[in-house]
Amino acid sequence: MAEGEWQAKKFWNSGINRRDEKSSCRNPPPKEKDMSDDKLLQSRRNALKCMAYGGAGTLFVLAGGVLTPVNLAMAGDYGKGGSKPGKPLFVQISDTHIGFNKEANPDVNGSLTQTIDLVNGMAEQPALIIHTGDITHLSKPAEFDLAQQLLSGLHTTELHTVPGEHDTTDPTVTEYFNRFGKASDNKGYYSFDHAGVHFIALINVLEFKAGGLGTLGPDQLAWVAADLKGRSSSTPIVVFAHMPLWTIYEPWGWGTGDADQLMSQLRRFGSVTVLNGHIHQIVQKLEGNMTFHTARSTSYPQPAPGEGPGPGPLKVAADLLPKMLGITSVSVQPHPRVLTLVDTALA
Amino acid sequence: MIFKHFQTPLMLLGLAALGFGAAWPLTTAWAAQETQAFIKDFKFAPLTIKAGTTVTWVNKDDEPHTVVGDAGLFRSSGLDTDERFSYTFDKPGVYPIHCSIHPRMVATVVVE
Repeated sequence: MAEGEWQAKKFWNSGINRRDEKSSCRNPPPKEKDMSDDKLLQSRRNALKCMAYGGAGTLFVLAGGVLTPVNLAMAGDYGKGGSKPGKPLFVQISDTHIGFNKEANPDVNGSLTQTIDLVNGMAEQPALIIHTGDITHLSKPAEFDLAQQLLSGLHTTELHTVPGEHDTTDPTVTEYFNRFGKASDNKGYYSFDHAGVHFIALINVLEFKAGGLGTLGPDQLAWVAADLKGRSSSTPIVVFAHMPLWTIYEPWGWGTGDADQLMSQLRRFGSVTVLNGHIHQIVQKLEGNMTFHTARSTSYPQPAPGEGPGPGPLKVAADLLPKMLGITSVSVQPHPRVLTLVDTALA
Repeated sequence: MIFKHFQTPLMLLGLAALGFGAAWPLTTAWAAQETQAFIKDFKFAPLTIKAGTTVTWVNKDDEPHTVVGDAGLFRSSGLDTDERFSYTFDKPGVYPIHCSIHPRMVATVVVE
């Protein structure tokens, strides 16, 4: 965790140093105590954008609001003098792919164990763990059993999951739901509250249509509308699903076809954080009050959009692999209630 | 799952031909037709076959794929590298297929 914070600060600084003289990233943010909540949020958003531009020597271009992927921490606390980002709220683990055994990572069990050690080693334990799917590689009972056994090593015991498309390839699509379906009455989507934050877990890997993207479907969208009805717009919302809830790369199916109908329901909220996995790399987009973020995998990296024939396992040098695997941790500040994302690699 | 398609007497003959082919060679007129189709680089090989042919798809990618008939006639489990799935097309027609893990992977099987 300390490493993640350090990385975030480092890249904030590098953003300053590398700034384009014409960009709006020129000035460090003003002191937070002098700012209203709105301005503070705006300042943080700007800072986040600037960090993205400066990260690790890669030039990022905001094309249509979408940032190209990076392998390094993009987000973190960049407040005055690097003050603490707040209380650890949850850690996002994604794409553990238990059962994968190819060259790109012959030891995904070891990588998950390393991930768990990283989380357990955090100075302050997160209240929750969120797994954004592809728990297993081939939806096999033994893979699910092993994944559950490994994940039970987490000191934080409250685990919330959504399935990935790799978790639903068994003939009857029951292996995932037999183990994790209780929270959603076997529907796959559910919501809960923690520390004043409203969490919405969604499933977008069923109802695939040939040639299409991920799908939420009318039933789930109607459920979200009912779930949000009457909820105060000041409630911070965290939405998580396996496949990206915005279109990152359509030719590879990296998006959700009916996500717009979800976003139109979320737009009135002052703070919305949308978390996904699936693409095994960090991509972030900021749009109004909404932060979209995909997490690294703990199993193997995937190519940047459009590089190569398809989104398969990317083989990299052994020493590079742990740098491309990792987790996202999210902290919350009480006043004002601001969520902060930090990405931490395994090495 | 895989064997549920081998229910017709003709297919049982086909299995017998596979099992005893070496000891009891059958003429091609007796043996059911079979063909193999690779799944590679996130693509299904295009197929044009005769009615009665059994197609065996073999996944040659490092990434799992499935073979799903759009009309719901068949659906494989997740196929890991070199794993295979077979289906026999008895009737002529055009059969669209896709991969349920990568729904952008689509193809058609033309049965004449």
